[in-house]
Amino acid sequence: MRETITRDELAGDAEAATFTASGALLGARRALPLAITGLADGLVFGVLARQAGMSLGEALLMSGAVNTGTAQFVALGLWVAPLPVVALAATTLVVGARHLLMGATLAAHLGRLSPLRRYGSAFFLTDETWALALRERALGTLDGAFIMGGGLALFASWVVSTAGGYLAGASLRDPARWGLDFVFPALVVALLAGMWRGRATLAPWGVAAAVALAAAVLLPGKWYILLGGIAGAVVGALRDAD
Amino acid sequence: MRTDATLAILAMALVTYGTRAGGFWLMRGLPPSRRLAAALRHMPGALLVAIVAPLALASGMAGIVALAGAALIAIRTGRVLPALVAGVALVALLRAILH
Repeated sequence: MRETITRDELAGDAEAATFTASGALLGARRALPLAITGLADGLVFGVLARQAGMSLGEALLMSGAVNTGTAQFVALGLWVAPLPVVALAATTLVVGARHLLMGATLAAHLGRLSPLRRYGSAFFLTDETWALALRERALGTLDGAFIMGGGLALFASWVVSTAGGYLAGASLRDPARWGLDFVFPALVVALLAGMWRGRATLAPWGVAAAVALAAAVLLPGKWYILLGGIAGAVVGALRDAD
Repeated sequence: MRTDATLAILAMALVTYGTRAGGFWLMRGLPPSRRLAAALRHMPGALLVAIVAPLALASGMAGIVALAGAALIAIRTGRVLPALVAGVALVALLRAILH
């Protein structure tokens, strides 16, 4: 009983014991703008993978099995024979460690699913699907299949555009010119606008921003997300306790 | 496909999946303490701020103005899609003007 109460507290307003096709479809619909604009990222990755000397099969295996933007772009910088396998794995860990925290914030919801559905969904837990799932949770409409549905749409976009970029090969127009690199930052800001609670959020967010900005300058990779997130959450928890 | 490339890609895939499943796994079944529950409640906002703050700073004046515009639209409309459109349109416009 106690466990249920605590989990509901954590989960906010919604429960997600269900795992429905309509939940997956909603996820895909919500992810659609990101999947379409994300085609540009995959095209660029495909082009660069070819330049780095990968075969088409290797580029597709990487996009299909790793399924992450940043770590793959970083890996291209290390993709020189003989391949530094340990360094590649370690860099991927640094870049991806933030997902541990993202998973933890949604665990109360997905913990109610069967292990197969939960750990199947985990493959599709990206910055994008996590951010979209947060919003559904706030609306009280987060279905257990939402992440998998949204993740599949983004996965398809990523893999197909990787192949397209690899085969097209020629240099592409800069996606930044069209502002397409700003879809995700704009999504993050829009989500934050809905989460703002005045003074209660001012201190944790201020600390998160300050720590992230400092860490972005001082540390490699994406450590800044992890450190900023932890610092902000700790400050928030300490303030709540007072 | 070369063996070392396949090996490197599979190592990257394994590590990435580990970070994605690890959060669920660590939190499985255990009722978090009050303090941890409070921290996890604040975690989404803090993570989102940490993602966007360095990005905004690095994107210069065009990026900061575009993100402020996106935030304003999100507050006024309460919807995400108009904010995305505004952010992208604003940054493309400002980049074209400023460069």
